[in-house]
Amino acid sequence: MATTAAPTFAAPADYAVGEGWRSWLGTTDHKKIGYLYFFTALFFLMFGGAEAELIRWQLRAPNQHFLSAETYNQIFTMHGTTMIFLVVMPMSAAFFNLLIPLQIGARDVAFPRLNAFSYWVYLLGAIFISAPIFFNAAPNGGWFGYAPLTTTTYSPGLNIDFWALGLQILGISSLAAGFNFITTIINMRAPGMNLMRMPMFTWMAFVVQFLIILAFPVITIAVVFLVFDRFFGTNFYEISAGADPLLWQHLFWVFGHPEVYILVLPAFGLVSEVLPTFSRKPLFGYPVMVYSGILIGVLGFGVWAHHMFAVGMGPIADTVFGVTTMLIAIPTGVKIFNWIFTMWGGSVQFTTASMFAIGLVGMFTIGGISGIMHSSPPADLQQTDTYFIVAHFHYVLFGGSLMGLFAGIYYYFPKLTGRLLDEGLGRWHFWLNLLGSNLAFFPMHFSGMLGMPRRVYTYDANQGWDTFNMLSTIGAITVGVASLIMVANILISRKRGALAGNDPWGAGTLEWSIPSPPPVYNFAYIPRVTSRYPMWDLTSPQLTAEVPHTRAGDKSVEIDVAGIDAGHVGPRPGGASVRRGAGAAGASVRVPTADELGIPIPYTTLKPFFTALGLTIMLSGLPFAHADKPAIEYTVMFVGACMLVGSLYWWLTTPLEPEVAHAEHTH
Amino acid sequence: MATTALSAIPSSDVGHGYTTTGLPHRKVAIWAFIGSECMLFASLISTYLIYKGRSVRGPFPHEPWTDPSTGHVYKAILNIPVTSCSTFVLLMSSLAMVLALAAVENRDKPKVTLGDRILGSSRLWLFMTAVLGATFLGFQAFEFTSFVHEGLSIRTNLFGSSFFTLTGFHGAHVTAGVIWLLTMLAIDFKRGLGPKDALNVDIMALYWHFVDVVWIAIFTLVYLIK
Repeated sequence: MATTAAPTFAAPADYAVGEGWRSWLGTTDHKKIGYLYFFTALFFLMFGGAEAELIRWQLRAPNQHFLSAETYNQIFTMHGTTMIFLVVMPMSAAFFNLLIPLQIGARDVAFPRLNAFSYWVYLLGAIFISAPIFFNAAPNGGWFGYAPLTTTTYSPGLNIDFWALGLQILGISSLAAGFNFITTIINMRAPGMNLMRMPMFTWMAFVVQFLIILAFPVITIAVVFLVFDRFFGTNFYEISAGADPLLWQHLFWVFGHPEVYILVLPAFGLVSEVLPTFSRKPLFGYPVMVYSGILIGVLGFGVWAHHMFAVGMGPIADTVFGVTTMLIAIPTGVKIFNWIFTMWGGSVQFTTASMFAIGLVGMFTIGGISGIMHSSPPADLQQTDTYFIVAHFHYVLFGGSLMGLFAGIYYYFPKLTGRLLDEGLGRWHFWLNLLGSNLAFFPMHFSGMLGMPRRVYTYDANQGWDTFNMLSTIGAITVGVASLIMVANILISRKRGALAGNDPWGAGTLEWSIPSPPPVYNFAYIPRVTSRYPMWDLTSPQLTAEVPHTRAGDKSVEIDVAGIDAGHVGPRPGGASVRRGAGAAGASVRVPTADELGIPIPYTTLKPFFTALGLTIMLSGLPFAHADKPAIEYTVMFVGACMLVGSLYWWLTTPLEPEVAHAEHTH
Repeated sequence: MATTALSAIPSSDVGHGYTTTGLPHRKVAIWAFIGSECMLFASLISTYLIYKGRSVRGPFPHEPWTDPSTGHVYKAILNIPVTSCSTFVLLMSSLAMVLALAAVENRDKPKVTLGDRILGSSRLWLFMTAVLGATFLGFQAFEFTSFVHEGLSIRTNLFGSSFFTLTGFHGAHVTAGVIWLLTMLAIDFKRGLGPKDALNVDIMALYWHFVDVVWIAIFTLVYLIK
């Protein structure tokens, strides 16, 4: 394991101490927003996990009636919706927030208030879509809500209204964050941080933002059609009016397949940070990793109809989408091999983070192989809508996305909080998680092959499914225990974990050059970046000998920046000898405040919160139309709209931060 | 010790306003936003085109329809001459927008002739852009009400649903643009817009031109092609 922290580090500033609720509600600091995303997503992980446990408890044996069919529909719909939109995407967003500015050497994101807005919209949208489960009105049409099944004819009641409107709210959150991060990555890189020097996580985040801003408008329109059909009597999904029953499926999967890569690429990025650090080797084939990530993103828009082989699109469409789907295995396989070659010949350290990363490589490969199996339309016809598919996407989303995010949690928790997670509990988490997830999901391949359909709330005995289902349930309970261990670890270590210092893992990228948690301004002076691993250039140059460098500085950058190296706590380079943080010298150093450095910091502001609240209130008025309360409907929508427009004007007409010139005069 | 050393250093070595590309953040963001909006309108236009000719009952866009149960004859719905006028108005608003941006950018330049003063009046051109945009919306309101009178509502058939949703979304974008223009106009009257506001006007202009371009696509694909 890497060095544990020496007791001489300055105690990390605890975000939650002495600042009060207003500092959270009004924060524009990307790290605090990341912190909020992290703990909200963690809460919903438990929520979605509890739903999974209910599903598995129902299916543990044949002919169970622990849940009614109607409740079961709500639970499995909410399990999928929660895990995708309320857990994996926001947990990825937590890492985008925490890491993108730190990895590119920036002081915040491009639009700090828009960033706060994204979080509040996510939180309120999550409450909007989840709360109905306590009133037996949760969405019940599956996470992909196929119309015409979800039109009022077949789905009366408020369930689908909450799903459709909740999805619109969550989409606004993702889109706003997408524009923000794209601008941040394009425009806020430190001098010398070329695109081909960006850390792989930031690269994958960059690709994901493009997927988000190009894919979410499509689902927005599909859901607009559904909302119009349900509320205003349009005919988009009305088959008797001549509507195409496949319209929804096409629009949904044009969004839905890029969404799969939106879910998994951030995890790939995290693993690409973790494995080099713990192999003590630069990432193998960095340029190819970049290109394969981009290629996955591009091809991801051309494979959507492989979700629809069973609907009878005809041999030509089936063939084309089968081939593009097989093609996408190439860049994905490239990534798998590059991770293996990164570890090959390295001195691999087995920390919890690296074990989860290696776990992803194995588990995702299993999911990838079953994916290639049903990229072939004839094979897919046997497998579609069976538990075989459930096994496949849990291997890629649990074994891929979540294990990658877990690796990221163990790796970056010190940067987020200043304290390390407990490695002992981490081992328990990892092994129980690995054992439990394989026990839960591997037998599903067999129950699926034996014909067990997805989404059934119970099944008859003696079809050969009983044992496999019992095994899956035992596995799910094991995963539940493992997840509780992780939550306990996080809650305990947040206050009592070992102090981390700047760089507990001996990593190579920029975020490890600054204190943990970073000061509000991140970098006291903006570093000039001369290679992909600026920290390794300082601490262990032998590791980066083969990585391209510009030692003399980047000629294309005219602005003269503070130093040629990445560290900033300690005197400037060229002066005294301490170049890397106080920890290296063993002296306790107080981190200077932004005011002392004359760095303008955005004002704390409630306007993004009120704007998000107005938006949510406005849309939550609409379901009253189906409860025959038009007066309440119009009142709530009007109040929400006024709040939205008012807050937006208030927001746009006030400055973000103090004027720079003014701040500098005070020194 | 380190603190002293640090506070002696000028704070923002990479100055405030420095960006990697040299472009302002908001300019990058509006282009990303426009890219995203392209997918939004692409979804709406595709749906309209996929559903073209699939309605099981009329009225239809380009040909008359006789209701078999009542014998009532419905005219072809789309009125191309009227919409050509509104299209012309919207395109002219883009010209006014260009002049408004130029006027804001050149506010500090001396204005000698009456022509200079007219061309250099950002208030006039912002107002003209907003008026032309509002006129387009007026045409749309007229179009929508006359279609409803002729028997086509958003509920009537697939054509009605997809037509009103597509053009309604575009109209909503124009409405947002007009509100944006009027807000800028109010600021101009309050304190005057100068070169330092040019970025804000530029971003608004990009949005406005984008909404115009989308209309050209809609006008061609929905109205002109039969």
